[in-house]
Amino acid sequence: MASRHDRAAGATPAEWTRRDFLESALSVGGLVIAMTLPLPSRAATKAGRGPAELNAWLRIAPDDTITILVDRSEMGQGVYTALPTLIAEELEIELDRVTILAAPVGDAYFNAANVGQVTGTSNSVQDAWVKLRTAGAQARTMLIDAAAARWGVDPRDCRARHGVITHAAGDRLTYGAVAADAARRPVPTQVALKPASQFELIGRGLPRTDTPAKVDGSAQFGIDVRLPGMLYGALAQSPVLGGWPDSVDSAAAEKMPGVRLVLALDSGVLVVADHYWQALAARRALRVRWNPGPNAALDDAAIRASLRRTEAGDPGLVARAEGDADAALKRSARTLTALYEVPLLAHATMEPMNCTADVHADGCDLYVGTQVQQLSQAAAAVAAGVPPDRVRVHTTFLGGGFGRRLDVDFIPAAVAGSHALGRPVKVIWTREDDMTHDTYRPPALERISAGFDAAGKLDAFRLHVVSPLITARMFPPVTGVDPEVVEAAVNCAYGIPNFLVTFTRQEIGINVGYMRSVSHAANCFVIECFVDELAALAGKDPYDFRMELLATKPRHRRVLETAARLAGWGKPAPGRSLGLALMEGYSTRIAQIAEISVEGGAPRVHRIVCAVDCGQMVNPRIVESQIESGIVFGLTEALWGEITIANGVVQQSNFDGYRVLRANEMPQIVVELLPSDEPPGGIGEVAVPLVAPAVCNAWFAATGERIRSLPLASARAPRAATGALTRGSGNSDRGSAPRTAASDT
Amino acid sequence: MVEIQVNGRSMRVDAAPDTPLLWVLRDHLGLTGTKYGCGRALCGACTVHLDGVAVRSCVLPIADVGRRAVTTIEGLAPDRSSPVQRAWIELDVPQCGYCQSGQIMAAAALLRTHPEPSDRDIDTAMAGNLCRCGTYARIRRAVHRAAALARGER
Repeated sequence: MASRHDRAAGATPAEWTRRDFLESALSVGGLVIAMTLPLPSRAATKAGRGPAELNAWLRIAPDDTITILVDRSEMGQGVYTALPTLIAEELEIELDRVTILAAPVGDAYFNAANVGQVTGTSNSVQDAWVKLRTAGAQARTMLIDAAAARWGVDPRDCRARHGVITHAAGDRLTYGAVAADAARRPVPTQVALKPASQFELIGRGLPRTDTPAKVDGSAQFGIDVRLPGMLYGALAQSPVLGGWPDSVDSAAAEKMPGVRLVLALDSGVLVVADHYWQALAARRALRVRWNPGPNAALDDAAIRASLRRTEAGDPGLVARAEGDADAALKRSARTLTALYEVPLLAHATMEPMNCTADVHADGCDLYVGTQVQQLSQAAAAVAAGVPPDRVRVHTTFLGGGFGRRLDVDFIPAAVAGSHALGRPVKVIWTREDDMTHDTYRPPALERISAGFDAAGKLDAFRLHVVSPLITARMFPPVTGVDPEVVEAAVNCAYGIPNFLVTFTRQEIGINVGYMRSVSHAANCFVIECFVDELAALAGKDPYDFRMELLATKPRHRRVLETAARLAGWGKPAPGRSLGLALMEGYSTRIAQIAEISVEGGAPRVHRIVCAVDCGQMVNPRIVESQIESGIVFGLTEALWGEITIANGVVQQSNFDGYRVLRANEMPQIVVELLPSDEPPGGIGEVAVPLVAPAVCNAWFAATGERIRSLPLASARAPRAATGALTRGSGNSDRGSAPRTAASDT
Repeated sequence: MVEIQVNGRSMRVDAAPDTPLLWVLRDHLGLTGTKYGCGRALCGACTVHLDGVAVRSCVLPIADVGRRAVTTIEGLAPDRSSPVQRAWIELDVPQCGYCQSGQIMAAAALLRTHPEPSDRDIDTAMAGNLCRCGTYARIRRAVHRAAALARGER
């Protein structure tokens, strides 16, 4: 077996150069390949013959080919359409004339809100809204100025439309004809952006630019990358999370057909072969003695117990405080307290984790579906032993992101394999690898309390969130309360005079990661279910109760009113029950109402109605599809989503054990997008968190049973003696959880 | 060497007989439109046609393909001209798009046996094709639309 830095004998360098390959691919694949494999700068021709770069996002070639580079990753949310639309609007060009390229790593592509070149937090459009329209307007101005200079006329007498600059006297020049001149002009510092009333592309719902490639198999995902001389790798990882290989007997594996390399890494044992099926067969022939590490005894009961113990013993750091919630609770006429909990979840992207690396004398080319170009570059640089600027990141389409591809744990093995062999290596995780080695959505335990004063007014509200801290691992250091753990709580809109949100960190010994809607999912579930409990305690309708608390929040009231009207709130069909939920997140306001019946002791979801105010929309068709998408994602979480652990090993390994919603289980979905002049809000994640509380509140309406833990399938099944918090009836008993020694970190 | 018929062409492949058709298509023949999702016929991402019938290529050993005609997404129709692809474009069905080759192949096989499918026909035929982006509602509309296009409606 090779050690990490051995060069394997017999490995031949690629016979083609990278440029040969790219030119060939371009000539064969045309637009489709160009969409996913940006030419590295060293292959680009010099200005004059090649395209002129008007700014970091825009290239215009003499033949009028217009290329827009998108610096956010396309994972289904539509950024390859929405972001080019912003540039095209001001550039005065049709979107279907534009070629889309994935941007490389670059300082210009920094997303301030995410502190890096990061696609996440549903803020791609928010980040780009002014920035890319400005870039388009600047480029248009430079093109007009260049044409005016050539004609010797006043640029104010020139006009840019449909890729052509015209002058009042009748002269005309295409953008391509003046692009090189324009690129040499100073970038105007002041440009006027169109008012919304003049938008021609924004708000229209243009067809997605990526659809054609996604219906004929030509869209290139990371798993589809093919390079000359490329080999395939499979990575054996410790069954116990956090374990490592103590020793490896690879004699049998190395004799298997096609095997080129067996390499022990920190993360596992990599097998590289001519074909992936050969690599998988050889991986099965490995004899690895795994050191399970510190998680050998980890299980769900231990995790739950550690969260409970911490909750009971620590008041938490203050994330939001208005008035004095503790004092108000003490003087309340009526109080209610409950413990809620949510489980670990897997991202389960349809495309399992994978990465292709080509380590060569010039550095490393990395082909990967990633949400974090800079972190990918850094991870590859470490694995290849080269400076980061020698790693070129080629972002492919992502076969689902959902936050999983904010992590880079699937990158180093491919780089190490390519480094060892001197050939491109594609490492693919099997579905089982992917599901049992995810960076899981963390569990959370939340104690929530509220008090009514003597007049029956909701006077005090206190939420204590206990969970692991993703950001401490991924973007350290964290000072104070990380906003990613108290979402939907710090901006909870209900008008309650004494309001306290606190957080206590409790790690559980395994890596947890950001997952679509992050802590909104837990906190919205807890708050919206509990508000329903409070309404019941107050003897009020859940809708009326919320509206009273939203007196000063017109945007929240509007989405709630709209959803209630569409769902027929207050008059459910016979045999049906309704439940509602409301949230503000990602600067968007959203309300959902679930319509369910009870069949065989379980909820059957017939319809989800959703009203959304996300400010101005770049592409309402995509917004609608993202809302539908979030609802389906949220339904899976609400009904079945749960990763369980026994002896440090994840118990779900494929879609049989980890059930996700199927076509025949789809409810009707009704989406109403409310017109708004506000700046855009986020849309990719915001629909997810409301599904669970809406369905659980409908379940209460149908059965009188409160659901205080997810998923519903487990909440209603008897759980082994772990102190499950399911059928609570009001006040929960602090500190009665069984004490378990394991896994308290 | 194994010989199989793919998209109307005879292909000779040097692969072990137990190699699933999926990996032969992807790694040996470069037809990467057919996707790996689960390896156990649980998700439908690898759906191709075998003599016009939808099958899961991830669990079909190459040795068992025989003389049957394999059709992949690349061979479904030239220039995305099949009614299913046209409907998918019209309704902008895909989001991340990873499962869509399998969805389209499953829908095309359905329409072959059920030219005017009911919602229930669609749900039954498509229940084996997972989509984590949740495009199911649009898929159902698009299958109806594809049926209409196939009938010559505009």
